[in-house]
Amino acid sequence: MRLIIAALILLLVQVRVNAEEHPVLLKKAPGVEKVERNCGVCHSLDYIEMNSPFLNSANWDAEVTKMIRIFGAPIDDADARTIEDYLKANYGS
Amino acid sequence: MITRRGLLEAAGSGAALAASPIRLVGLSEAWAAIADLPKELPSGTRAEARLDALPGKKPLIKLSYRAPNYETPLAYFRSTITPNDAFFVRYHLSNIPEVDAASWRLSVGGEGANSKFELSLDELKRMPAVEIVAVNQCSGNRRGLFQPHVAGVEWGYGAMGCARWKGARLRDVLQRLGLKREAIEIVFDGADGPADDQTPDFVKSIPVAKALEETTLIAYEMNGQPLPHWNGFPARLVVPGWTGTYWMKHLISVRAVIRPFDGFWMKSAYRIPTGRFPLVARFASQETAINIPITEMVVNSLITSPVDGANVAVGKVVVCGLAWDGGYGIHAVEISTDGGNTWAPAQLGEDLGRFAFRPWTYEVLAKRGKNTVTARATNVVGQSQTASLIVNPAGYHHNVMQTITLSAV
Repeated sequence: MRLIIAALILLLVQVRVNAEEHPVLLKKAPGVEKVERNCGVCHSLDYIEMNSPFLNSANWDAEVTKMIRIFGAPIDDADARTIEDYLKANYGS
Repeated sequence: MITRRGLLEAAGSGAALAASPIRLVGLSEAWAAIADLPKELPSGTRAEARLDALPGKKPLIKLSYRAPNYETPLAYFRSTITPNDAFFVRYHLSNIPEVDAASWRLSVGGEGANSKFELSLDELKRMPAVEIVAVNQCSGNRRGLFQPHVAGVEWGYGAMGCARWKGARLRDVLQRLGLKREAIEIVFDGADGPADDQTPDFVKSIPVAKALEETTLIAYEMNGQPLPHWNGFPARLVVPGWTGTYWMKHLISVRAVIRPFDGFWMKSAYRIPTGRFPLVARFASQETAINIPITEMVVNSLITSPVDGANVAVGKVVVCGLAWDGGYGIHAVEISTDGGNTWAPAQLGEDLGRFAFRPWTYEVLAKRGKNTVTARATNVVGQSQTASLIVNPAGYHHNVMQTITLSAV
């Protein structure tokens, strides 16, 4: 019961915090839905534009790898490639 | 001497912001403040940054919504103490509970301790209270100014603030706990956590010697008020002199350990190349031949008025700023108006202690056309700001001397 209450409180807090988050519009290009759906689970999408356009292809590959291997993002290989390609094409140098 | 006339002239185009930071809420001023973003920031950062207010906060410069990373606009650094509602916000992880003060407990123990216990907020407040004015600065403040740019939160100048912190000494808590002889580090965890349970929780450690310094606090007040939610309510660690990464917010756990703590945020993150920076404070149990944990802040200064690029009247212009370091104390701030060939001392202002911002002023004689003003702070152990960036992979410790340009007509 205490766990359920804790989870509900957490949910309410999350909703309240997320209510402050204005939509971040990424460039409309192939792969954008996968970026929004995967990356947006753990962090707002403004991190992407903030780190642009100075990251090159190798840098963007490294960022996606870091999110998966170190931060545990549950992203399969095919989606990871799509995400990397999108970031390189739209926010890379 | 600061004269009213000098101040008015100095303020130039920044006068509206200088006089009343509160006016930042107006939309036109909001965009004016964003226009003041350093031009050295990545263009993507300049495009996505917004003035935005978290609940209970003034509009700050939003760099990311989730995790929330908001920096303090320059206008608020025109006072030595940074207001709570304008103090910068920095999180790594986005699951940030609102902690209930009545049910909050601090768990104290660990394998390096002779006992274990819990403290309520009331119990913490019944311990001897200490107040200290200290700068809390993110390790990556000014990362956005790195050339070449490095990945991360692309901070400008405002990932820092100076507050009067009140709390119990960590040392008193650890003395009650009783440390074993083999205790080597003290490990801290906060109530915030990751959105995904596969992401490493933000947990940090400091050396036992630093934990036992009489200035290291478990703080529950900031500038005479309870800590704001976004700055660690109800209690946070205050580690004067050391960068903000160690100042654990929403503190819930203090553990003494007998082996170096090897969590991601110690072992892999917040590291600087070994031997590259002229620092005194060490964290020996975490050092490797390749890199070492970041420790104390490097000596630094910020020109707070006029703003870079301001139009001023020919004649006397009062330049104002702040200087700070890792807690040795500021010895001097020097100003050059000829690109670093000659230097003259600025006048240092009120001294709120060796860990605080030290304000300074300098009267420049502006000539018609472009004038440059460069500031350089030196501390009492002889450390000085660097002329060229000390490159490091994660973008820490930016203390390159700042130069502003004034146009006089």
